[in-house]
Amino acid sequence: MFAYALKRIGLGFLVLILAISSLYVLILAAPGDPASAMLGPRATPALRAAITEKLGLDRPMPVQVFNYLISVLQGDLGIDLRSRQPVLNTLKIHVPRTLELLGASLLISAAIGIPLGCIAAVRRNSLFDRVVGILSVSVIAMPAVIIAIFGMLIFAAGLGWVPAIGAGDGEGLLSRLHHLILPAIAVGAGWIGYIARLVRASMIEVLSTNYVRNARAFGLPARRIVFRYALRIAVAPTVTVIGIGVGVMMGSAVFVEIVFARPGIGKLMYEAVILRNYPVSLGAVLAASFILIVATTLSDILNALIDPRFIEDSE
Amino acid sequence: MSVSNTNTATRRSAIGDGFLRLMSDPMGAIGVVLVTLLILSAVFASVLSPFDPAQINVPIKLQPPSWEHWLGTDQLGRDVLSRALYGGRIALSVALISTALSVGIGVILGMVAGFGPKWLDNLIVLAFDTVRAYPVIILALAVGPIFGAGLKTVIGILVVTSIPYYGRIVRTSVISASKADYVEALRAMGMSRVRIVARHILPNIIGPILILASMDIPVYIAAEAGLSFLGVGVKPPDSSWGLILDDGYKFIRQTYWLVIAGSVPLITATLGFTFLGEALRDTFDPKLRKGV
Repeated sequence: MFAYALKRIGLGFLVLILAISSLYVLILAAPGDPASAMLGPRATPALRAAITEKLGLDRPMPVQVFNYLISVLQGDLGIDLRSRQPVLNTLKIHVPRTLELLGASLLISAAIGIPLGCIAAVRRNSLFDRVVGILSVSVIAMPAVIIAIFGMLIFAAGLGWVPAIGAGDGEGLLSRLHHLILPAIAVGAGWIGYIARLVRASMIEVLSTNYVRNARAFGLPARRIVFRYALRIAVAPTVTVIGIGVGVMMGSAVFVEIVFARPGIGKLMYEAVILRNYPVSLGAVLAASFILIVATTLSDILNALIDPRFIEDSE
Repeated sequence: MSVSNTNTATRRSAIGDGFLRLMSDPMGAIGVVLVTLLILSAVFASVLSPFDPAQINVPIKLQPPSWEHWLGTDQLGRDVLSRALYGGRIALSVALISTALSVGIGVILGMVAGFGPKWLDNLIVLAFDTVRAYPVIILALAVGPIFGAGLKTVIGILVVTSIPYYGRIVRTSVISASKADYVEALRAMGMSRVRIVARHILPNIIGPILILASMDIPVYIAAEAGLSFLGVGVKPPDSSWGLILDDGYKFIRQTYWLVIAGSVPLITATLGFTFLGEALRDTFDPKLRKGV
């Protein structure tokens, strides 16, 4: 187990290095020269030459990649062209906000999705099961941008239940939670459906096992069997998909952060792209990839802890 | 002759049976109807559109629906219905092209990884893992502007980021199939690896892959709209549901018709294809259901 965890972390690190390098190559190999792309309309030959030299773009590609990797690993992601501060400082403001949003979304989707899937499995083929089934499929398919816009229009602008924009910075914990709830639901909506289906499927399987039949034969109350014994095993598969979930939710978070004007990686990137603030947009992708790699690595290790057979399967 | 006739007849009735079963599932029937409507409206967009989707007419900007403009007009006075119809064309082409390319390349890479030498397998899997380390939308935001916003960039990003998904599934299936007795037997008979994979393993795994692919079409449609909304997808004067949504979101204080006009077709398309994909899977490959 320990060996597997170590191997998995090593692989995660390798993938991170590869992801950083290939992103750098991808951006530099793009049509047109990066110095003009970075400068945009402001490009003059003198400025272009200055940027080319400053970023070391005149050196051989492997050297450039190596230098870039070294500086990234040292935490040097360049200078934010707008604030004239190191990119790392900008990221320190925005990354925690996205993490807080993702965390809240995961919690909400588990808190709603697990009971829904559980009840649907127990009352298999009932009206409730069917409604949950169709609703799950529908929210999984619903584009994140639609959920974000309509969530904002209906619950914030229309009903006024929650604030429409911002993250409630500097207004105390309650206000921040109040600002967080709707964006978190919007980001997690698809995942509620996904978890509900996953739990339903595995619950049905668990309920048909011999030990559950035994427990029934012993006359244990159904509620106790479902919630005390079966559920514990049936939720295990949800852990397996947390890694994928974080990736999907990060995509939704981009739209949610933009629509709700919440600080975070998505909004930061969106603005950086408009302003051609390349160091920031590169830094933001790296931060997002880092979060994703950590999430998948953790979810793999967690899986192996729950069910050692997973190690064999993933070989 | 008579044998082949019976064969075609059975196959035909099997497909007919499948279609009947598909239509008897309410979700499947809704999916078939919505998807058919969408495809027809996209194919005949030029006939159905009352106006040129790019024709600007500022004096009548941001009008609510009327007899002349069924879905109203946008901030430049363009007819929103025409733009939505042409947007369907873009959405469907992006989805179909991306699906075809990513399944095609994914299947080939997956087979090579599964049946090729170990070092090549490791290399391909590592490449898959690297690509999967980027969140799609965020990667698109970063590289989209560099390659230039547009259809090609959208398709490129979607294809590159979904190849690992198909590749991994194919690789796993090929590895497990290559342990099967019939493959051992073929190998003992001296059949080449390439031939075994192409002639005997691929036909066994392609069905489930195609069903998974059909379930990904709505994902691509949503991604195209999302990227166009963010400004790294389709660019005006071309039309996209994501662009209509973006305009609608910007002018939400003046009118909510634009947001509705952008979202109704988008919701219809994603739900239609999802329902159809789910029903197809349940009808033709119930085994896939277990994995959700």
